Amino acid sequence: MGKFSFFTAVFLFVFTLSFAQHNHDGHNHDGHNHDGHDHSGHDHSGHNHDGHDHSGHNHGKKERKVLQRTSKKLQQQRQNQSGLNHDSHDHGNGGADHAHGQTNACGMAHEDPTTFNAAKVAFHHISDQNIYSIGPWHFPLPCIVKSKEGWDFFSSGNFKADYHGNSHYAYKGYVLYEGSLRKIVDPTFPKEKVELHHGDVGTMVLPHPSTGKPIDVVHVCYNNKLYKADNKSTADMGLFGGGITSFYDFSITKNVMAMLIVFTFLTIVLLRVAKAYKTRQGQAPTGMQGFIEPIIVFIQDEVCKPFLGHAWEKFTPFLLCIFFFILGLNLFGQIPFFGNANASGNLAVTAILAVFAFIITNLNGNGHYWQHIFWMPGLPFIVKLIITPVEIVGNFILKPATLMLRLFGNITAGHIVVVIFVGLIFIFGKNGANAGAAYGTTIASTLLTLFMMALELLVALIQAFVFTILTASYIGAATEEHHAH
Amino acid sequence: MIFLLDFSPIKPDFGLFFWTTIIFGIFWLMVGKMAFGPIKDALKTRNGDIQDALDKAEQAKAEIANLKAENEKVLVQAREERAQILKEAKDTKDSIINEARETAKAEANRIMESAQLEISSQKKAAMTEVKNMTGLMAIEIAEKVLRKDLKGDESQENLVNSLVNELNIN
Repeated sequence: MGKFSFFTAVFLFVFTLSFAQHNHDGHNHDGHNHDGHDHSGHDHSGHNHDGHDHSGHNHGKKERKVLQRTSKKLQQQRQNQSGLNHDSHDHGNGGADHAHGQTNACGMAHEDPTTFNAAKVAFHHISDQNIYSIGPWHFPLPCIVKSKEGWDFFSSGNFKADYHGNSHYAYKGYVLYEGSLRKIVDPTFPKEKVELHHGDVGTMVLPHPSTGKPIDVVHVCYNNKLYKADNKSTADMGLFGGGITSFYDFSITKNVMAMLIVFTFLTIVLLRVAKAYKTRQGQAPTGMQGFIEPIIVFIQDEVCKPFLGHAWEKFTPFLLCIFFFILGLNLFGQIPFFGNANASGNLAVTAILAVFAFIITNLNGNGHYWQHIFWMPGLPFIVKLIITPVEIVGNFILKPATLMLRLFGNITAGHIVVVIFVGLIFIFGKNGANAGAAYGTTIASTLLTLFMMALELLVALIQAFVFTILTASYIGAATEEHHAH
Repeated sequence: MIFLLDFSPIKPDFGLFFWTTIIFGIFWLMVGKMAFGPIKDALKTRNGDIQDALDKAEQAKAEIANLKAENEKVLVQAREERAQILKEAKDTKDSIINEARETAKAEANRIMESAQLEISSQKKAAMTEVKNMTGLMAIEIAEKVLRKDLKGDESQENLVNSLVNELNIN
């Protein structure tokens, strides 16, 4: 009991600190904001900049269009970027001081702290990061990157990320934007550790190179010059806005860290349980063994034996591994104030798990399985011509793809909904302007979040179970002995 | 518009591919081989053991039932035997008593008989003695009478004779 109360106390402490930090940030932003208003209102009335301060959507769009237009000239006219974009008073104010205003020296718009973008916060929350954030603390993680220049190893502590995960320093040509590693493409950017100012790492809206749609592109402002910062390479082939870029990130990210923690925890627990079966042979299970055994027996008797028939013994360890690994990751991501890593809600992780299931299924497929895919017996020739492509698509694409997407979708959705419920406080409270509404919504959103988290505990179990049972059914279909037609 | 926001979890990156493969691969090889394999075997063995134990218990139960039936049979037999023995004992007792009674009766008879014989012989002896005594007494009487009245009276002599005869008869 002592241990538990100690952990509870630590969690509450972290939570309080985290909340305090939030408030602190909010006040600071408010302060800056008011400064900005006063400043521009009195000194720069009639300027473009002033308009931007009070901008509604129209002004925002105009600003974006201006940026878009300029972005095409970005390559040739980097030096003149800020000059083109804004009035000359930008230069007058100078870089560092201007960080408190709405744009920085390079004309990058600061995020408006009075607007709360729940979707953005949610996406930021569920994304993978190169820092492990618990409350207000960022724990640095090792970065392993591969670019044309070769391999680089360093700690993400070099970036000294702020609360939002944006770096305060650039290091070896890399920066941190919202906790994620970015590489500055321009080779003229200094490779040593250089200090950046608040808001120097941000986004510019540019047209997508192939589709022309406006997208946020991360830029770094250094010495009044804009540098484009590439995201890491992703394997979606441009489908979801990613693709191969100037570097590959093999870092121990937050999700990898989560997997390592879950891996270590599960390994220790399960090996100890396995040892208990040896040392306490012939005795009734106790303690951890008594807790784990019903789960193992459940998977073994409800999943492995019905779906795999006589081959159950061969695949039970694999299916148990899949189940415990997914369940561990699902539950680990739901521990409040513990980083909320979204590993099993990341497509890369679920894809690899689906690939494991796919490989196991097809390596163990027997003659019947392959015959049924390529040349289904007992059908007319014409039907066979139709069935074969359907079977190929179904077995080689749809089965692993649905495995991958189901887990990803369920876990990601759960994380997003929790963040949105918490975000309701800021939406209804108008980000601090309406304190009464904020308090009211806090109560409502706490109840909603509580309900959602209870539901997510269920989803964590169900999804781990569903992944396992479907994998078992695929393996079962591939290894099944056919008796009669 | 969705791409305006960075929805990164749907963009699978190579680092996570690599690490997930490594971590899950090691997890599978290590925990699958060293934990789940032995646990599965242990559970299977235990299931067998439990089934065996249940079977054995069932067997033992049947055996006990058998034994009980046998005991019952033995008990009934014993009871019968007891009754038999009791009956025999009673018979023996009766016969002994009867025998004793017979013997006693015979003995009594014999004693009675011998007593009767004794009595009769005693009686005879006594009679003889009485006769003798009476004879003697008669002789004495006769002597006395004779001494007094023996002056040859025939009628007296006849009287004496008749008296003597009377004595003989008695």
